[in-house]
Parts: sequence; structure tokens; C-alpha cells
Amino acid sequence: MESLTILLEVFNSSLRLATPLLLACLAGLFSERAGIFDIGLEGKMLAAAFFSAAIAAVTGSVWIGLLAGIGASLALAGIHGLASITFRGDQLISGVAINFLAAGLTVLIAQSWFQQGGRTPSLGDGARFGPLGSQIFIYVALMTVPASWWVLFRTRFGLRLRAVGENPAAVDTAGVNVVRLRFAAVAICGVLCGIAGAYLSTALQAGFVKDMTAGRGFIALAALIFAKWRPWHALGACFLFGFLQAISLRPDLIEAVIGFKVQVQLLDALPYILTVVILAGFVGSAIPPRAGGAPYVKER
Amino acid sequence: MTLMKSLLGAAAAVALTAGAASAEPALVFDLGGKFDKSFNESAYNGAKRWADETGGTFREIELQSDAQREQALRRFAESGANPIVMAGFAFATALGEVAGDYPDTKFAIIDMVVDAPNVRSVVFNEHEGSYLVGMLAAQASESGTVSFVGGMDIPLIRRFACGYAQGAKAVNPDINVVSNMTGTTPTAWNDPVKGSELTKAQISQGSDVVFAAAGGTGVGVLQTAADEGILSIGVDSNQNYLHPGKVLTSMMKRVDNAVYDALTAGADLETGFNVMGLSNEGVGYAIDENNASLISAEMTEAVEAAKVKIVSGEIAVHDYMSDETCPALTF
Repeated sequence: MESLTILLEVFNSSLRLATPLLLACLAGLFSERAGIFDIGLEGKMLAAAFFSAAIAAVTGSVWIGLLAGIGASLALAGIHGLASITFRGDQLISGVAINFLAAGLTVLIAQSWFQQGGRTPSLGDGARFGPLGSQIFIYVALMTVPASWWVLFRTRFGLRLRAVGENPAAVDTAGVNVVRLRFAAVAICGVLCGIAGAYLSTALQAGFVKDMTAGRGFIALAALIFAKWRPWHALGACFLFGFLQAISLRPDLIEAVIGFKVQVQLLDALPYILTVVILAGFVGSAIPPRAGGAPYVKER
Repeated sequence: MTLMKSLLGAAAAVALTAGAASAEPALVFDLGGKFDKSFNESAYNGAKRWADETGGTFREIELQSDAQREQALRRFAESGANPIVMAGFAFATALGEVAGDYPDTKFAIIDMVVDAPNVRSVVFNEHEGSYLVGMLAAQASESGTVSFVGGMDIPLIRRFACGYAQGAKAVNPDINVVSNMTGTTPTAWNDPVKGSELTKAQISQGSDVVFAAAGGTGVGVLQTAADEGILSIGVDSNQNYLHPGKVLTSMMKRVDNAVYDALTAGADLETGFNVMGLSNEGVGYAIDENNASLISAEMTEAVEAAKVKIVSGEIAVHDYMSDETCPALTF
């Protein structure tokens, strides 16, 4: 009985930790499937975390906060799209810029609005999602998996979106607007990152703390590669990474189960180690969308 | 280029002579900013208390980036400010560069040791304060398990954990102390989500009092403890107000006292090591209207008795940083 409760607790903890990863991972999936690499997931989540908490603190309504968070993330996604689609800039550099922009801007605005050392005030009852609201986020994240699969693999929009990531010239020849499709993908990415960020600051936490995403956007990217850009596998990868994070919280359990002490640091590093193993081609090869990273230039 | 340099040098010399007349003290805040509800604000409060009591004035600057550290120190030194107090260990490198160039200016650095003849290095005996809050935790605990959440796994934080465990075991030798560190990189200071999950994991191990020495991560620890109905202990400044009636106490580092002392001494500041411990009100535990109902008279009595014994040397709290071992806790 006791071991069942413990198992349930670890499972719950895994789910809570996997949810932001899963949302960010699917966000990256849409963007990268359309040929736009996005290492700015972290920055978009951070901006969303800040604006959802800050606006919720100011207005007292968590729902307006959620919208503001999604809006902030969308705005950054728009900048990324503008830089890498319209102006054909380097997608990686634009992503890095977004991460830096978000890290600096959130603390700056937080300081000027609230004077609490780059934090928002603690959110009261109406300004944060209670236990029930937090669960809804988990279900939303889980439902996004089949929804993404359906959109990407069962609709015309999805087919075109994937084609734009593989061979944009062919899609263009067929008379489909490449730029518009890529912007649509980047916007979906922005919305999902926005939900992930709002989940961190208004559901799991009651307020924003500087840099509170703590690298989750990068773990989500690792999960995306681990899942080889497929929605259902993304669920598996994110849950695995969430599970690894959850059991690293309980070194006593690991010791009880396997009989010797495992360094927590090793468990923290495991998601990255696994990703390197996958990238090195030990478990099949991970091939990114072929046109990923390359801006599309229409031939004249 | 050389012309420019000599011009600048001349300008600096003029500034030096002009500023030497006013020996105001100066205070340099670290990146968190003056009103960070924590370390820097505590430093500011100390300086303000000095200004209010003596009618003196002090100069101050809030840094915006790491690159400004050395520049800020030099500007104050050249304008004749004395002493120059800086809040935060991150100034060590910059101060090491600057101190030798201004032998007549006194500097005070908090939380770090810089070996120079005109520098006062203020360090705190965090293990002593942690010992006292560990005693309070053990007395408040009904389950017989208390816990600790550290930020980044560095010797300083293990010193907190070790003192805490010793205090708890002094009250109840059979008590179970669960200790977790958030991580091994600087992100561990700002990961409240992981702080929350660690707290939940500790609650499932039976803990009903949790002590967070984890910077921004601690915000998540205190929040989760309040949500889940267990007690928490804040750190550095008085954090009792964050969740009134749910924060047992706070382990305070009296940065304000350190700054106040330095400003009071003025240009006659005594340099060298300055240890702020229980004996000179450098560390302590916070009691105010937010937690008065949680701390009974006998709890205070026991802790005050221990405090007297620590000051007199009758109780020796083991300092993790002295030999990197802890008798009360395994890491």
C-alpha cells in the first residue's frame, strides 16, 4: 500500500514536471517541422511566465494573465518569424537573441513595476490557478499530443506544413504560400510556449522569479530530438525526462530500490546524455526536417 | 590615444583633489538592486539607519551589469569616498584589482574574503544561526522529520544544512533530517518549480518543517509549504511576512548590522577579518507579529539558552566549511 502511494506521488510529480516540457516540445515540433529551428523556446516561455504572472498580479485575474502570457510569447515568436522568414536571417542567432532579450527584459520590467528584485509579488487566490486549474493544464498538454498528430498527419494544412519543412520549393511550385505557412507554424509555437510559461508561473508557482524556466526550453529541445520530431514520441520523451527529474528528487527511493547510492547530478544530466546518444546514431538516426534552418528564397 | 589617456589622467587627478575634501561613505549594491527584499535591501537598511541616527549622508550606486563593478569602485575611490562598502561576494575580483591602487581608502566587502591591508572582509557564521532555527524546527515538528532545501550545492549552503541538522538533533537526537540540493549550476538559485517539487517530495517523506536556503528557489519552497499546510523557514532577511502564520521563522544574516558598523567606524574602519556571529548579532532568527503564534515561550527559552552557550563556547557548532564534513548529516 505504502509503495503504491509512493509510486503515485512520483508519477504525479513526473506529470507536473513533464507538462511544461511537453508543451514546449510540441511548440518546437510545429516550428521545426515547418523548417524554422527554434532555440528560443526558453525565452518565449520565460516571457510568458513573467507576463502572465505580472498581468495577473496587476488585474487580479489569472485568465487575463494567461492571455497576456500567450500574447508576449506570440510577440517574440513574431520577432523570430520576422527575422528568420521575412528577413531570412540565421534562425539560430535569432533564437539566441530571443533568449537573451527575454532574460533581460523580464527582470527589467519586473523591477520597474514591482521593485522586488526582479520578481512579481506573490499571487493571491483569484490571480493563480488552484489545484484544479493546474490539473487542467496537464490534461490540455496531454490532449495537445493527439491534436498535433491529427493536424500534422491528417489535415491538408499539416501535410503542407511538413512539406514546407522538407522541400519548400515544391510547395511553392504547387501554388502554396511558403511564408504564410511558416508564419502559421511559428505562431502555433508561440501559443504553446505561452501556455507552458503561464503554467510555470501561475499554476505550479504563485509568481515570477527571474530566470525561472531554468533551462526547461532546452530540455524540451533535447526531447524533440530524442523524439525525432514526432508527436507521440515527444510525449514519451517528455514523460521520460519528467520522470528522471522526479526521481532525482528522491535519492532515498533510488537507494532503496537498486541498493546503492546514485549521484543526483547524474540523474540531472541523463536527459542530455540520452540525447547525445540518440544524436550519435546509436538508436537509429535522428534526421531533422530537410529544409530546417534554411530561409526560403523564391527562385526568379 | 596617449594624449587622450593623459587628458583622462589629468581629469581624474582633478576629480581626486576635488573630492578628497568630502569623506562620505559609499555603498555599492549588487545586481539584485537596492529594493530586492533581501540581501541588498538589508544593506540599504543598515546604511539608512546610520544616516538617520547620525545625520550623515552616504553615496550609493545600483549596478546594472557585472562590467560596472570595478568602474564603480574606482569612481567612488577617486571621488574620495571613505569607506566604500560593497554588498556581495561577486565584488571579490574587482576589489582585488582596485584595493591596491587606493591604499588610503578603506573598503568593506560582505560575504567574501579579500586579502589586502585596507579591506575589511565581513563573513557570517551561518551555521550558528542555522543551528538555532534547526532547534526551533525540531521543537515545532510533530512528525519527527524536518527537511532542508539548498540552492546550488556549494560548501556555503552545506554549512547552512549542517548547522540546521545539528540544531535539530540537539533537541531530538532521533529526528530525521532530509536534505536536498536543487542543483549544481547557478540556475539552482532561480528554480522555484523544482523547489516546489522537492518540498512535495520531502512532505511525502514525512517532513513538516522545511528550511529553504536557496535564493529565488526558496520562494517556491515557502509557497508550497504554505499551500500544503506545513511550516517553512526563510533565509537571509526576515521572510515571515511572505505567508503570515505559515513561516515558522527566518534565519537572518544581519547584513544591515555589518553595513551599519562599517559606516559608523567611518575612515577609521578596522580592516581584516570581521566575523559576524551570534555574539555580535550578525546572525539570528526572526520573531515578529507574523509568527508570534507559532513560537511558544518554551521554544524561545530553549533557543535563547543555546544561544548563550554558543556565544560562551559551551556548545561548539561544527562549521562544514572548516573541514568539509558534517557530523549530523551526510550529503
